[in-house]
Amino acid sequence: MPEKAPPVNISGSAKPFSIRDCALVTLATGRKARMLREFRSELAHIDTASLYHHFWGGLLEPRFDEREYNNDFAAWVRHGIHDAVLAERLSALAPTEFADLEALRQEIIDLVDMRLDEAEYLSWTRATQQFEFQRSQIVVFDTKHRLQNPSELGSAISTLSLSSIFYHFIDARRRTADGRDDFSDWLTVFGEEFTSLQQRIAGVDPWFGSLGELRDELAQLFSSCSLETTP
Amino acid sequence: MNLLESYAQFTGTDVVEHLRQLAAHLAGAKVVHVNSTRTGGGVAEILAKMVPLSTELGIDTHWEVIMGESEFFECTKGMHNTLQGSRIPLDERLLKAYEETNARNAEILRPVLEDADFVIIHDPQPAPLLAACPNRKGKWIWRCHIDASHPYRPVWKYLRRFVAPYDASIFSLAAFAQELPHPQYLIPPSIDPLGDKNIELDAETIRACCDRYRIDPERPLVVQISRFDRFKDPVGVIQAYRLAKRFLPALQLVLAGGGAADDPEGETVLAEVRTCAQDDPDIHLLLLPSDAHLEINALQRAADIVLQKSIREGFGLTVTEAMWKNKPVIGGDVGGIRLQVINHYTGFLVNTHEGAALRIRYLMHQPGKIKAMGENARAFVRDNFLITRDLREHLTLLVSLLHGAQDRIVLD
Repeated sequence: MPEKAPPVNISGSAKPFSIRDCALVTLATGRKARMLREFRSELAHIDTASLYHHFWGGLLEPRFDEREYNNDFAAWVRHGIHDAVLAERLSALAPTEFADLEALRQEIIDLVDMRLDEAEYLSWTRATQQFEFQRSQIVVFDTKHRLQNPSELGSAISTLSLSSIFYHFIDARRRTADGRDDFSDWLTVFGEEFTSLQQRIAGVDPWFGSLGELRDELAQLFSSCSLETTP
Repeated sequence: MNLLESYAQFTGTDVVEHLRQLAAHLAGAKVVHVNSTRTGGGVAEILAKMVPLSTELGIDTHWEVIMGESEFFECTKGMHNTLQGSRIPLDERLLKAYEETNARNAEILRPVLEDADFVIIHDPQPAPLLAACPNRKGKWIWRCHIDASHPYRPVWKYLRRFVAPYDASIFSLAAFAQELPHPQYLIPPSIDPLGDKNIELDAETIRACCDRYRIDPERPLVVQISRFDRFKDPVGVIQAYRLAKRFLPALQLVLAGGGAADDPEGETVLAEVRTCAQDDPDIHLLLLPSDAHLEINALQRAADIVLQKSIREGFGLTVTEAMWKNKPVIGGDVGGIRLQVINHYTGFLVNTHEGAALRIRYLMHQPGKIKAMGENARAFVRDNFLITRDLREHLTLLVSLLHGAQDRIVLD
């Protein structure tokens, strides 16, 4: 059962927001693909932890701030297989829109199959770089820091580590029932006063900037919220 | 200011606090690192800081070095080369020296290794130690710093029997990982911003270094820092310089190599390079001692562009060092250089000396690009390749090994 960071109690009053942090380490799976058909075949069998890694885990890995694609599969199809069509289709996948990672896996396979039907030459095109399937192990720990009130978010957020931002804003989408971030989840219990803030948080796209930029953007949002709610 | 606080000035306090939180779950654990040299080479440099940092985080960390004679190092150098692709069988005599040297070292190290909670063995040199410690109580990890993506199979097959029984292994890149019956972690190495190789230097120090080696600081300068090793392609660097010099007559080249105690081949390659350089007064071949870190630092800072034209490369820490000093890098399209050098962003990847020459000419005519790429390079290293990130991933690995193989470990 996945953990959920900041639940509310049944009386409706919010429990403090538990600030957690995480560290992620990457593992090789030994599975590699040099052609699109091989990629499709491996994809059908890899652990879902590998799907997680290639969609989410990359955000905590060395990378440039300006990401061309929001997942590793799309990037490889573009730069290894050199097929822009499939790369664009794969990059349009929003993993939180799928019931689980198995459903996401099936959608990727369907997109690859569709493209192989459209462009026969892709069946024998050899990639200029092989794709190495990886997976992650994530270690989650409690920082013992607690927030009692949403007005504290503004000052707290800018002190969080980038991995804590990852945990509460990105990893949360895999853990929470409705696939959203922990902050929005926590704010729900404080009532309609924060609905507008929740909507603004929902408008933050975490995929294309750095985690540092994401932290700054959230800090700005929460600070403005504090100003609005403090007399 | 303690060591961790001094790193916070580069990384931010959040990074150091994160390390403290993670390390708290390993408090009191005894960790032993083992390699084959205390000076020279990237491994020794990383351990020189990783060990005191871990200690400061409350982890009882030790660093042991195995001792060997020339036959042992001849064998391990051959092993290093064959794991990187050279197809040269290793002589039975050398393999015997390899195993006997490890057996002798095991007699000395066995008590400390068998008592440790974690033993991290670096590279092939001390790999057989595990088999010599039958009463070990902790987790043993083999850390491979080499590009083993295309090893010479007979040598890998020989080494694999020593490595397979480990609890986990660490490779720098996914492409280097080999089929092994245990988890294979991927951790790129790192540099130390407080080490002599990377600390800030004033202009006077850099100028004095140039004067010492008769380098004209007013003229364009390209530098490659690496051991004199065929995989670093020093001859290719000279060829690239010669091609570029036709268009940039003022161009100067520094090829500077630090020696390492476990690299007996350096002198031979240096002789080949000397022959190739002939008497060109603008080619400066410098064989520096393994502790010439400030010299290397100054030479990298004096450069307009840094080259690392390797044809095989583990990770390429000299690339990381140059990038940390705001230098664009022209690097071989191999190994870990690919992870650091991104075309038009932090430098250029090249496959030939012609390609390297082209990029030298391009950048020398675009000083604005040199500056912009250098800034990108520095920021990228700060975020991804400093020792604090390396340490964090090692701590995460150790915590993971304590808690089994699950993908998600939630600590109290």
